[in-house]
Amino acid sequence: MYPEYMMESIKKVEKTRPKRLELAKKYGKQVYPPMSESDREEILSKFHPDYKEESRRVIRMGPNKGEKVTTEIADLLESYARIDPDIIDLENITEETDVLVIGAGSAGLAAALEAEAAGANVTIVTKLRLGDSNSMMAQGGIQAADQVDDTPTLHYLDVMGGGHFDNKPELVEALVKDAPPSIKWLEDLGVMFDKNEDGTMLVKPGGGTCRSRMHSARDYTGAAICKVLRDEVYNRPERIKYIEYTAVIELIMDDKGQAAGAVMFHLENKQFTTIRAKSIIIATGGFGRLHIRGFETTNHYGATADGLVLGYRAGAKLLFMDSVQYHPTGAVYPEQILGFLCTEKIRSLGAQPVNNEGELFVYPLEPRDIEASAFIRECLERDLGVKTPSGLYGIWLDSPLIEELSGPGTIERNLPAMLRQYKRFDIDITKYPMLVYPTLHYQNGGLEINDKSETTIPGLYVAGEASGGVHGRNRLMGNSQLDIIVFGRRAGINAAKRARTDVMHGALTLDHVHSYNKEAEDLGIDRKTVSPMVLPDYIPDHVKAKQLTAHYEGTIL
Amino acid sequence: MHNQRKMVKVYIMGESHMVPDGSTILTAIEYAGFQLKRGVGCREGYCGACGTIYREAGDYKLKGGLACQTVVTDGMAIAQIPFVPAEKPIYDIAELTPDEDTFQKLFPTVFRCVACNTCTKACPQEIQVMDYIQALIRGNIARAADLSFDCIRCGLCALRCPAEIVQYNAAILAQRLYARYLSPKHPQLEIRIDEIAQGKYDPEFEEMMSDTRENLAKKYYSREIKLG
Repeated sequence: MYPEYMMESIKKVEKTRPKRLELAKKYGKQVYPPMSESDREEILSKFHPDYKEESRRVIRMGPNKGEKVTTEIADLLESYARIDPDIIDLENITEETDVLVIGAGSAGLAAALEAEAAGANVTIVTKLRLGDSNSMMAQGGIQAADQVDDTPTLHYLDVMGGGHFDNKPELVEALVKDAPPSIKWLEDLGVMFDKNEDGTMLVKPGGGTCRSRMHSARDYTGAAICKVLRDEVYNRPERIKYIEYTAVIELIMDDKGQAAGAVMFHLENKQFTTIRAKSIIIATGGFGRLHIRGFETTNHYGATADGLVLGYRAGAKLLFMDSVQYHPTGAVYPEQILGFLCTEKIRSLGAQPVNNEGELFVYPLEPRDIEASAFIRECLERDLGVKTPSGLYGIWLDSPLIEELSGPGTIERNLPAMLRQYKRFDIDITKYPMLVYPTLHYQNGGLEINDKSETTIPGLYVAGEASGGVHGRNRLMGNSQLDIIVFGRRAGINAAKRARTDVMHGALTLDHVHSYNKEAEDLGIDRKTVSPMVLPDYIPDHVKAKQLTAHYEGTIL
Repeated sequence: MHNQRKMVKVYIMGESHMVPDGSTILTAIEYAGFQLKRGVGCREGYCGACGTIYREAGDYKLKGGLACQTVVTDGMAIAQIPFVPAEKPIYDIAELTPDEDTFQKLFPTVFRCVACNTCTKACPQEIQVMDYIQALIRGNIARAADLSFDCIRCGLCALRCPAEIVQYNAAILAQRLYARYLSPKHPQLEIRIDEIAQGKYDPEFEEMMSDTRENLAKKYYSREIKLG
């Protein structure tokens, strides 16, 4: 339950609620005027964490050398390989496959299913379990323009505007055109979307959408999709093999510049093995566990940007890697759920963000970067946030309004995960608001792809959060679940197509790793700086100080 | 910080450790110096990786919970169950019929349910597990799909079941059968898929994709917002 002093502020929220309910009944979701183009530019430049001077720096090595990227990404990429490449035996490769999929979230699983359907033998390698991913944790929904008053072109316009028109148009066209067929593909596989009684899709708006096109599965949308895809992968054991608890730590190239395989490392028995593949798909997800700018994150334990390291070291270019998504509504109280996602669907259903006086201060469904910046301004500049016992700030997300608008039981039906999450800590969100603040959520950029999910390296594909270009510099709600299905499938189909041709590998090589290490050495990078990270480390310093030999840093030392 | 905060004693696999009060089982294990590889996943209650059996001081009951969602208490004894080697039947969803027969064939153990409700008590999601198994026995797939929907597959139900039922695997089949065969369809979906395939929107796409940034921005900021 909330402490007494917070209850004082909650009383103010309750006092303004009838007035705000009236506004919502009169104007729908538009209870506050949306920002103009110049308002948006101003609030971003003043309050979005990306715009702080130290948020970005010039990267000094690799394909994007000389460009500004997120500081923590530059720190991660300016590093040595975990292994001395010479200890890897490239003469005796351990495994062979047609299509290698790295990562087992929904992008990787969708890719594996499509590649298998096209006749390829597939091997999925994942450092944790099949399905362990940010995909599993997505709550709010998946966008598709399948309503009478909506069109794929309106969806296109929303995506471009949300991304500040930086997005690669060919990728956005693919995203929105493939959206309705993707919904059908998922439903045929057995994903239960929320429906109205007549069978029509129950859709809601999201931040920055001009129509209601958010399809959901309660607030377990990502899990509903990922669980079904994984079950389907289990059902095709003849041509889909999966290797768990195994991190890919390097790509293997051939002397013609093609991606030809990977070096794998088993997290527990510490063995290094190798795999040869005709096509390789990176589907490793994002970077939340890098805790950029010290933010808490909504992300999975494994979200350490490993795929970016693999691709970058092999010569693939990054796009929009200067842009980070902070989700406006991360929990700040109670402490045990700090940074956890409070889905945007809470606002789709009509909950309004209000300050400690119970006043509205922003249109509740701005694109995420704008909404998050408005929250930060309210707390840091105007000092109208609510302070937590541990010294953080928060904004009230007035969830009880949902049931005043749509009747009792609406939260239990539509937001069971949220209701359950807070109930575990004695807070009933049907009666009391939730205290939220922006939290590190999504990697807007990534390895650049085209509309076939191809990189510039022959044989190397990327899908999902690890890729860059689809969302420009800011993704909208519901377009990540869509992205992973659309580009996961495209990657799988195109990777299988390539595998069917006569892919002739030249001599296998790790020369690219040698030259990357050399570049790091020339820059004077500390020898202890190795990547990929593989897993974050939450052991407290006073314990770590005694773990004299426990921390694996690779063979390069 | 570890010196200022009130500390509590927990037993991790029988061994005692002092950890900060208010920790979850997951953060307590990490505080004690373990870098987890198994028994950890999303850390937010969505993935089912961190199913844990625990017993609280002075209690004889073994309870089930998620390590990332359960706050430790002084004297708590903890054992993580990161994996359940349960049977998973292989099937082609396109070849099945959405009825009781399918479950008779693929999940015969479902029909051995003794209605003891142990599964429901073991579920950290507070799902009515026994009720959905009973619904399957009666051939009510829609109800089983609905009741089981929030399952995150931690496996604690199957571990405690005296009839050896693998509830969570039966649940996902019920959900898949419901979505594919029983749920009424959204007619506009097929219509829109056809329109896209026939190129209805292509001229407009061409225009927008070749338009200047300024013109596109103008279109975007003046578009009508209609949120039903």
